[in-house]
Amino acid sequence: MLARLIPHPMLSVTLTLVWLALVNTVTLGNLLLGSALGIVIPMITAPYWPNRPTLRKPLAVAEFVLVVFWDIIVANIQVAAIILFRRRADIHSQWVTVPLDLTSPEAITALGGTITMTPGTVAVTLSADAGSMLVHCLHTDDPDGLRDSIKTRYERRLKEIFE
Amino acid sequence: MALFTDILISFFLVISGVFGLVGSFGLVKLHGSMQRLHAPTKAAALGVGGVLIASMLYFLLVEGSFSFHELLITLFVFLTAPITASFIAKAFMVGNLRPEDLPETGGAYGWAVYDDPPAQDQHKDGGEK
Repeated sequence: MLARLIPHPMLSVTLTLVWLALVNTVTLGNLLLGSALGIVIPMITAPYWPNRPTLRKPLAVAEFVLVVFWDIIVANIQVAAIILFRRRADIHSQWVTVPLDLTSPEAITALGGTITMTPGTVAVTLSADAGSMLVHCLHTDDPDGLRDSIKTRYERRLKEIFE
Repeated sequence: MALFTDILISFFLVISGVFGLVGSFGLVKLHGSMQRLHAPTKAAALGVGGVLIASMLYFLLVEGSFSFHELLITLFVFLTAPITASFIAKAFMVGNLRPEDLPETGGAYGWAVYDDPPAQDQHKDGGEK
């Protein structure tokens, strides 16, 4: 009964929090309205979300977010340096294939988003069986090292979180 | 204290301006669609991030109230930017690249842009998994 009423508890909580953040003031009325949205929207959209993604380790999420934010800052500075100080002919762009150990769609989506948001790499597409990911790198002379760092830095943590 | 606040907020504004400028310059300087695609993801990350941090600090330290909107903008940018980038890149692949131009997938199937996904009920001819 509760599973039918609230098919995705995490989604409900997220929607409520997003609503409160949108109106920018926490009052009882807003909380009620947010909760109503948080219950109704997951019920309506439940057919599109057949699986309920599980978050195994909430603390690991915080660690992952911190690592990603730090990498975004570092990589931004590196890429800014590439743009400003390298001649066009010295920028070696490469395609890199990253074989995936992740299987859940949510985890792969999170990995792709992370790769794109850390500047210098863009996650482009998956192989048709979702077994590997195609990544375009702005400048690297060591594609194997890049692939390994993606796997150890992001994929390992996402695997802990989602699977 | 007011001076310190001003300097702190200005610092983040200048940071975001510099990275926004570098990102835009990258659009001009880099060569080819795939390289240029890297420039906007940059401006979105630190360029937008700097403005948002400055805005939050302003509301927190000057106005004395906490603003959640910046966190939401960060969330939405992080949700939408990778999808945009992936779509642009895929459109570029369809129009300008052939499968031979790309590295191997390392699996039985090609990249999703060119190859069909594994059939749910029947195996592809010889594509034993």
